[in-house]
Amino acid sequence: MTVTDATSTDPSAVGQARFDELLADGRKVEPRDWMPDEYRKTMIRQIAQHAHSEVIGQQPEGNWITRAPSLKRKSILMAKVQDEAGHGLYLYSAAETLGVSRDELNEMLHSGRQKYSSIFNYPTLSWSDMGAVGWLVDGAAITNQVMLTRTSYGPYARAMIKICKEESFHQRQGFEIMLTMVNGTAEQKAMAQDSLNRWWWPALAMFGPPDADSTHTTQSIAWGIKLETNDQLRQKFVDMTVPQAEYLGLTVPDPDLRWNDETGHYEFGAIDWDDFWAVVKGDGPCNRERIAHKVKAWEDGAWVREAGRAHAE
Amino acid sequence: MLSYLLRLADDNLVLAQRLSALIARMPELEEDIAIANIGLDHLGQARNFYSYASQFDALGRDEDQFAMLRSEREFVNAVLVEQPDVDFAHTVVRQFFVDAYQVPLYEVLAASTDETLAGMAAKALKEARYHLEYSSGWVIRLGDGTSESHERCQTAVDTLWPFTADLFAGETSDAELIAQGVAADPAVLRPQFDRTISAVLAEAQLRCPSDPYQRLGGRTGFHTEHLGHLLPEMQSVYRAHPGATW
Repeated sequence: MTVTDATSTDPSAVGQARFDELLADGRKVEPRDWMPDEYRKTMIRQIAQHAHSEVIGQQPEGNWITRAPSLKRKSILMAKVQDEAGHGLYLYSAAETLGVSRDELNEMLHSGRQKYSSIFNYPTLSWSDMGAVGWLVDGAAITNQVMLTRTSYGPYARAMIKICKEESFHQRQGFEIMLTMVNGTAEQKAMAQDSLNRWWWPALAMFGPPDADSTHTTQSIAWGIKLETNDQLRQKFVDMTVPQAEYLGLTVPDPDLRWNDETGHYEFGAIDWDDFWAVVKGDGPCNRERIAHKVKAWEDGAWVREAGRAHAE
Repeated sequence: MLSYLLRLADDNLVLAQRLSALIARMPELEEDIAIANIGLDHLGQARNFYSYASQFDALGRDEDQFAMLRSEREFVNAVLVEQPDVDFAHTVVRQFFVDAYQVPLYEVLAASTDETLAGMAAKALKEARYHLEYSSGWVIRLGDGTSESHERCQTAVDTLWPFTADLFAGETSDAELIAQGVAADPAVLRPQFDRTISAVLAEAQLRCPSDPYQRLGGRTGFHTEHLGHLLPEMQSVYRAHPGATW
């Protein structure tokens, strides 16, 4: 057939056919495989955003390392924040396989052209936030990341396998902080409730806009980048987390939250998407500080990096 | 013995506290990871020494009570470790001086007649050797890097040098522990420290400090003013909730 002849002489059409075949067979796309430009761009954007989130995510928890209330907690928190820097490194390496350099990605973060998870634009205001961040934020992240261990781009999927193992440890240590707090003094319990009140809604928003408004979801699912939609993942997280809050004896700050026997899921109230978009667009409580902190560290380190290069020459 | 162990522990805790404040502020992600790693090692060493010190303490204080409930005047760390992180050169040079001291210290203590202490030191020695490799590597890179890095590194060396003798300052009660082969004799450690310093500074093309002035006092709680800022921050949550479990 003429159509077949035409495609076999066009290298990108051959590539496209092979790419489609890889996806159809559930095999991984590897760095040397042909891939559509848009797939490459989407992958770079997503991996970079994830890497930036790990790096910026060091700040809200780093905020409490020097004040951790016991040496054991200090040690666990330092190790956790160090893990995040390590995750940032793997992910930048995964992004580099797509033909973009770490310096370029760094520059795009600093200039605001690439984003990081909006959750890190909220402040950590008490020690129990270290519990809530681990329990809710890492819990939400894992829900998303478990799916990503099966994503179609090989280097990303493999990085996620390693990252997920560490994240589930982070989530458990966060829950354990909460458990210790709710079994502690009245003040500690109040702190834990306050943390849940402040982190619950931002954690639900971490899954992104509702499916109906999500511009990327359909394409990402077609390409095997995402295997579940934002709303599906959000529901999974709510179903998993509400019983944990009950176990802690804490109240989820949602008057509309109720169990639905028929669906076998929790129903929950409406998320304030105006607030979500305001934070995404740069008007959250900490957006400016987070980037300013990152840029300052980078600029303060310029002479050190230069010295390293000069010495190597 | 309590006093000796507290000095070992406090050096490590105060340094760990300094390093922990630098996470997410380093020149590269790799350095963030390295500095967290080194800080975690020092924190782990501090915790071991405090736990052991607990056995010799009439008040039976645990590691957190040692760390969180003692005042500036009761901390017995060397004044070097409390010096602030003015820039990356100060961080690296302070680390280098500490490492050049801790490697021979832990070598001697690993052979201590006190088996518990010897075991702790043997583990710490492996860490200290890695730290020395890291810090001396950076001192050399900065000294032999650009003119700016050379200058900054020389400034850090000159500024921090007067705090180094305090590392070796002991107490009269140490004599007995040294005689029993439990503690390390500072006089034995000093030559190896000096050799490491001159070799690395020479390779880094940095001047060995010639200023004879030395600021002592950390071992008796006579600190520089910096410690009085570091401790309240570290102790704030613990002290705000007396008796709470974390």
